Amino acid sequence: MTETGLLREDRPRGWNRPPVIKPDGEGELLEVAMGPHHPSTHGVFRMDVALDGERVIRLKPVFGYLHRNHEKLAEGMSYLGSMPYTDRLDYICSLTNNWAYALAVEKLTGQEVPERAEYLRVILGELTRVQNHASSIGFLIQEMGATGTPLMYAFKEREKILDLFESLTGSRMMCNYMRFGGCRVDASAAWLDAVRKVVAGLPEFVDEFDRLLSINEILMARTQGVGILRPELAVNAGVTGPMLRASGVNYDIRKVDGYGIYNRFNFRVPLGDHWDVYDRFMIRMLEIRESIQILTQALKDIPSGPVMDPKAKIRGFRPKPGEAYGRIEAPKGELGFYLISDGGPNPYRYRVRPPSLINLTILEDMCLGQNVADVVLIFGSVDIVLGEVDR
Amino acid sequence: MKTVEEIKAAIEAALPGAGVEIAPNPSPSGQHSLRLAPDRAVEVATFLRDELAFDYLSNATGVDWPDKEIAEKVKVTHQVTKTIDGVEQFIEETVEETRKRVEPGYLEVVYHLYSVEQKQGPLTIRMRTANRTSQVELPSLTPVWRSAEFQEREIFDLYGIVFTGHPDLRRLLMWPEFKDHPMRRDYVEPDDFEWEPTAHDAVLTRAVARRAGKEAGQ
Repeated sequence: MTETGLLREDRPRGWNRPPVIKPDGEGELLEVAMGPHHPSTHGVFRMDVALDGERVIRLKPVFGYLHRNHEKLAEGMSYLGSMPYTDRLDYICSLTNNWAYALAVEKLTGQEVPERAEYLRVILGELTRVQNHASSIGFLIQEMGATGTPLMYAFKEREKILDLFESLTGSRMMCNYMRFGGCRVDASAAWLDAVRKVVAGLPEFVDEFDRLLSINEILMARTQGVGILRPELAVNAGVTGPMLRASGVNYDIRKVDGYGIYNRFNFRVPLGDHWDVYDRFMIRMLEIRESIQILTQALKDIPSGPVMDPKAKIRGFRPKPGEAYGRIEAPKGELGFYLISDGGPNPYRYRVRPPSLINLTILEDMCLGQNVADVVLIFGSVDIVLGEVDR
Repeated sequence: MKTVEEIKAAIEAALPGAGVEIAPNPSPSGQHSLRLAPDRAVEVATFLRDELAFDYLSNATGVDWPDKEIAEKVKVTHQVTKTIDGVEQFIEETVEETRKRVEPGYLEVVYHLYSVEQKQGPLTIRMRTANRTSQVELPSLTPVWRSAEFQEREIFDLYGIVFTGHPDLRRLLMWPEFKDHPMRRDYVEPDDFEWEPTAHDAVLTRAVARRAGKEAGQ
């Protein structure tokens, strides 16, 4: 063990001592540990909440129940070796994780990606976004108490997309498909036709989903004006993705960086107006529609050709010393990979910038003064996956 | 997007003697970084946020650079006494020697900044600690950018860098009783594999040997 001299025993351990007295001195607050086995936490995550009646006075998130030190594991294996592990970060959207990692390594080595592979990446990335947003809306509604039905509507569509993933990559969720300088296998014409068929059915699904939910009275009553996040705080706290755009900040990395070939497509960036949970729900609904636009254009334009950079080195892959930070707009926010190479076969430093963890930074700010029942909703509207939060 | 040289010049014009250096990056990504002096880092960070519109801190992370032993070949000239033709003479002789020198290690934090307002980035800034053991304190940038809050807690947890001025510096991922910093290069995993749910032969043998050793010690 290293001798650091830094392990301060006197550092306050939990946040919850000394005993919490109400600010006016009358009586004590009720302390509730929501989680780690609370069904709404999407995994093992704890919120230590202090309540004054129903009102939230304090909320401290507790992490680490799913920590396996992904970064240390990746430093001990080859660059390609950690590609399958990126699937396990945000296991709902494994393909965008693959993409972010491949993009960072391509920045590090300066590799080119063939045209067809770029189109395949966009198609798979947008399909991932559609199924992530649909199921995250389903989970949000489920946490509101509508058990099952809306979620099953979302899962019905998600299943079709996962079937497409399975027929192309061999796995529904752990796809492990992208490679440095392209994609692992080429898509057949039959697969592309199957995608066209699914994409053609998506607008109908979104319309139905929208009609069922968006003007639902209970949903509006529960979500409007709840969990407001001001744009200045959102930017300062590093919130990204649909959360940031629901706070009215026009920042979509697909537009800003134009990574891959995103600047070839026409799509709009929906923005929120009231910065509350309803806006976050609505932004996801609208983003599904924009993803369908991108998918339609990409499926029309996809060229033929190779899917791997012919000069790409598979065996003995050793990038030159240096470092690179690559990021993409994953469905949950900005997913970045920071890599330092020392010229060896393993990355010297491998860092995942997890959108789920950093979007939780302002959870307390959004929940203060709200009812305890709304904490579940606000937390659900952040849209996290614990595999990525704890890594 | 301004280049790092321009940003450095802007910082030096506004804050003389801020001690900003450019750390070049040889990779094709071309993301060069600025190294800040820890004692004025908060000042520089506030300037970057307010004047140069880097309002969004995307990524904060630590890097461990342990002590490096470098073997160098040095040419040394000695004066040697030699007897040539029966006469003693002083002769200068050049010999190649290998000398070892230890380059002291340090811990580093790296921040990636973007500008949401001007849609620019990334700007990489980094800071170094004095060493890896006793002087590992760096100023926290959480007062400038809130998004550093959990990431600096994670760096403290996994690397053991102490951020002064952080509002709530506790371990983030490991449990509070944990004693080490697992992302350091010299971290040794504790030998407690017998707690594995499916302990296999080698692990079991090791566990038995350890238990026997413990009993013998008592």
